[in-house]
Amino acid sequence: MDKKLVIPGDFLSDEVKLAEEGTYVEEGRVYSSVFGIASLKNHIRVVPLSGKYIPRPGDLVIGTVTEVAFSNWIVDIRSPYEGLLHISEFPRRIESTEMSRFIKTGDSIMTIVKDVDSRMKVELTLSDQRTRIIKEGRIVEVTPSKVPRLIGRGGSMIAMLKNETKCNIFIGQNGRVWISGKDKGMDLAVRAVLKIERETHISGLTERISGFLKEEKGEKPKEKDPEVTEEGKEETEFKETMEEVPESTEEEKAQEEKQGGILDELLGDDR
Amino acid sequence: MSKPEKLIADGVRLDGRKPDELRPIKIKVGVLNRADGSCYFEFGGNKVIAAVYGPREVHPRHMQKSTSAVVRYRYNMASFSVEERKRPGPDRRSIEVSKVSREALEPVIFQEYFPRSAIDIFVEILQADAGTRTAGINAASIALADAGIPMKSLVSSCAVGKIDDTLVLDLNKDEDNYGQADMPIAMTPEGNITLLQMDGHLSRDEFREALEMAKKGCTAIYEMQKSALMEKYSSQIEGDNNE
Repeated sequence: MDKKLVIPGDFLSDEVKLAEEGTYVEEGRVYSSVFGIASLKNHIRVVPLSGKYIPRPGDLVIGTVTEVAFSNWIVDIRSPYEGLLHISEFPRRIESTEMSRFIKTGDSIMTIVKDVDSRMKVELTLSDQRTRIIKEGRIVEVTPSKVPRLIGRGGSMIAMLKNETKCNIFIGQNGRVWISGKDKGMDLAVRAVLKIERETHISGLTERISGFLKEEKGEKPKEKDPEVTEEGKEETEFKETMEEVPESTEEEKAQEEKQGGILDELLGDDR
Repeated sequence: MSKPEKLIADGVRLDGRKPDELRPIKIKVGVLNRADGSCYFEFGGNKVIAAVYGPREVHPRHMQKSTSAVVRYRYNMASFSVEERKRPGPDRRSIEVSKVSREALEPVIFQEYFPRSAIDIFVEILQADAGTRTAGINAASIALADAGIPMKSLVSSCAVGKIDDTLVLDLNKDEDNYGQADMPIAMTPEGNITLLQMDGHLSRDEFREALEMAKKGCTAIYEMQKSALMEKYSSQIEGDNNE
């Protein structure tokens, strides 16, 4: 088998050139540096079973604003380092005095890591089609190293989740998952996401999750009751803009470009 | 207990162990939900819990290093951990143990991966029976691995001592109190020593022999640490290649 559980210091290979993340090289030999699952095919890397999110440029992350400072929003991105969203990275020109009219403390945003310097100063941006301010739905947290499994091969896992729960699901590289849809769907999606997190290291994950989703839905026959709650209202509004969001992440970008993007949403709110 | 007449007779110690025998060890990984990594460690009569948080933001700010993480280690004995109530709070001894234990683990942690952050290690001694610092280091190194912190290897630790002119591995309370020497050692599986302290006297030859005994003891502990970590994820690992 090309995958195995390793602990720090376990010898992996002599092929120094293939060494990637989660490994270190000493005297021409490759060792694991973390407790995780090693894959030795083509490249040598170890995916840790736990650990904090370390920001990298280009990552899509979900953050929560902790402070509105002068010309910067300070954003918690679930990492040892706080994210800084500068006023100029907002899609529209705004005055620093009215920053909290657009994003206030406690708001969640889907944002992109623009740059990380050697001192780990993290700069974020909202001037990207994939970014938006999160106004409804729920956010679940998983271990950041498990994000690839949650997305699945070519986006298969996330596509299945979206299909089965009829929810929109966005996954930040920092392990925050934004789920939005009907209450029942969201409940199910949350439980499925947490199940995936618990069982990532056990084989046959996709089949198990698929079975889990079917079973959960089978218990309760499909209801289509339009729950008129506050959330319900928002939901309909939300659906108009989001209905078409397709399954895979790549396509997602393309589709969203056609849609209004963040600016429309903001202006709509402001009008 | 007053000093027994003999601490070792016919190669058998007070608790029935042979000179080179460790006390029974029990390890459980991931016992705390709030911590990023944790471990419960039983080493004979010692009962220890280690919790690891981080890397996380450094408070107070002035402690942070701009090019690497700071490692903080807090060794604390519960007031009920010993027969006579231990006055709570840090004292001269626990500050020393914290310092040497931190220095026993720092060489294996890749601190430079996390500038301006802190890795906090908390070790609570619930029940003490000689050798708490070694138990604490063993537990802390498992908790660090459990927290997903990159390390060169685990660190294993045990003590060697001299009782009735005989070298013995892993002293218990009475052997520690009435013995002639006590030498706690921590090392990596490759045999790099990260902690060595000595209380009492050993001759040069005894010291060499003691080091060899400690090495064997640490190797045995390392295997147990490893299998404890593996046990946490004992179910079959994903076979297919998901990228």
